Amino acid sequence: MGRVVLVTGAARHLGGQMVKALSRDPQVERVVGVDVVPPRRPVAAAEFIRADIRNPVIGKVLQATEADTVVHMGVIATSVQAGGRASMKEINVIGTMQLLAACQKAPALQQLVVKSTSSVYGAGPRDPALFTEDMSPKHPPTSGWAKDSVEVEGFVRGFARRRPDVSVSILRLANFIGPHVETAMTEYFSLPLVPTVLGFDARMQFIHEEDGIEALRRATVQGVAGVFNIAGDGMLVLSQAVRRTGRPSLAVPGVLLPVVGRALAPARLVDFSKEQVRFLTYGRGIDTSRAEEVLGFRAQRSTAEAFADFLDGHGLGPSLAESVFDGADNTVKALSGGGRA
Amino acid sequence: MPDAQIIPIDGERGRQPESPSSPALLRALDFVRRRLTGDYEVDEFGFDPEFTDTVMLAPLRPLFESWFRVELRGMENVPEEGGALLVANHSGTIAVDALMTQLAIHDHHPRHRYLRMLGADLVFETPFIGEIARKAGHTLACMPDAERLLLADQLVGVWPEGFKGIGKPFSERYKLQRFGRGGFVTAAVRTGRPIIPTAIVGAEEIYPILGNVPLAARLLGLPYFPLTPTFPWLGPLGMVPLPSKWIIAFGEPIATDDLAEAAADDPMTVLELTDVVRERIQQSLYRLLVERESVFG
Repeated sequence: MGRVVLVTGAARHLGGQMVKALSRDPQVERVVGVDVVPPRRPVAAAEFIRADIRNPVIGKVLQATEADTVVHMGVIATSVQAGGRASMKEINVIGTMQLLAACQKAPALQQLVVKSTSSVYGAGPRDPALFTEDMSPKHPPTSGWAKDSVEVEGFVRGFARRRPDVSVSILRLANFIGPHVETAMTEYFSLPLVPTVLGFDARMQFIHEEDGIEALRRATVQGVAGVFNIAGDGMLVLSQAVRRTGRPSLAVPGVLLPVVGRALAPARLVDFSKEQVRFLTYGRGIDTSRAEEVLGFRAQRSTAEAFADFLDGHGLGPSLAESVFDGADNTVKALSGGGRA
Repeated sequence: MPDAQIIPIDGERGRQPESPSSPALLRALDFVRRRLTGDYEVDEFGFDPEFTDTVMLAPLRPLFESWFRVELRGMENVPEEGGALLVANHSGTIAVDALMTQLAIHDHHPRHRYLRMLGADLVFETPFIGEIARKAGHTLACMPDAERLLLADQLVGVWPEGFKGIGKPFSERYKLQRFGRGGFVTAAVRTGRPIIPTAIVGAEEIYPILGNVPLAARLLGLPYFPLTPTFPWLGPLGMVPLPSKWIIAFGEPIATDDLAEAAADDPMTVLELTDVVRERIQQSLYRLLVERESVFG
């Protein structure tokens, strides 16, 4: 008998992509997407149930579908998407609690896969260059999405203790990037003038949206328990990434970044919360060797390649600078060639 | 920033329109292009070799060659390849000695290796300094980073006296301070990489610390606030280092691969090895001080 997988957060882009990826998998018989709103583009081969994970209804959904696997992708990263920070926290924290409570009462459940984030490691000057899964944060996140994710992981660990028969995997993904995904970071890099932190240059890793989905799919299909860091190979520093967008940047002292950021990005999804400012200041790196060894997953696209694909998809890139330099190159060549002749 | 791109081109064009230097000009142009479009690579520590070569080390060179007239001994003890841990004495109020050692190895080692240094967290908290340190290949002094660099066959530099070394009063010059908790030895033993005891003479005299103002240090969040013969009395001018004569001596490597990995968890072995390294550096310092005829000679 094939597997029945329930995916939370299925109406949003990444959740939808995950539903699609799983519905193509021969081992998976049924994919059930769950979200509070219907998906913009429904996946033909999958079912969709409109349900709120903050609400005990989710237990009935689990029982009715007899899902053996739950993929929890319902944690929201930016408060704009959730309609305010309070609502975001409720979706993330209460939603996860409710979902896990339902999971605990679902005898058919064999596996839980949770999409978490590398931001649970926080960001700060006392961080090691790369975090492995066993390291604890030196500067634990105190607010926002990152803190929600820390709490979510805590609930998941509690669940794993209470249901030792369920295989639990947590994927800590670096920032998603790519031509289609919309995140606080893609919005940030799309600003006409990108504010950065004066005197610091954060190290960043990205994961291409397709690679991130593949990592989650693999964890779901293979059922390997554990915590895994997921990121594209290599690093970009913030100044370098901004230069690759071709957009001008404005370095301001870190304390002013939220003010300047909000002035430059009115009504956008860009996040200038305390935690995000720390990330834009100190950056972060995660070690992905465990995912490669245990999960057999290595991102197809490096951090730089994923970023390039994002730029292509959004029509960004240093084209102006390139053309200026091409012109300069030709001038020099013409002049020196003319001189020799 | 189109102005920034055009200025150097005009300057060069005006000077030598037809000379064979145009490949060099094209290279320079290519360099500026790559920097301005972000088309260069950094490693996972944020190390940017191109930045290090062109921006970071170049201004140190005159200081190294003409001001401190640094003399090098035992460069053959620095391995041509593979991981190694260079351990040196620390002095001079600010970490000029570390920068000079990095430049020495970059310029005068046959393989022009980069020294990846382990720095205090204060370095990475401080705007600009932290940014430049990361770009120059340095990272936080912590066990995971030290091991990661050594296992990646990098040449790692550590100054285990830390602020106790650079902030000590002039009267205690060339007396090695406590060597931390021997964390650097643990990293070397665990990875089986050799330790190169290194003695640096001359850095003690660049900013002789005559006194310390703890209150000012606390207000500024610094480990100490030095009073030297010239600082802060002469203002920025007081930051010009005295032109002492320097010697950097790389000692014979101390192998650690003959020790079992478990030795890293044995405090006795670690402390003993720490003492051996410390003693070698101290002896080397005394020898070099006798050899050096005068402080400014």
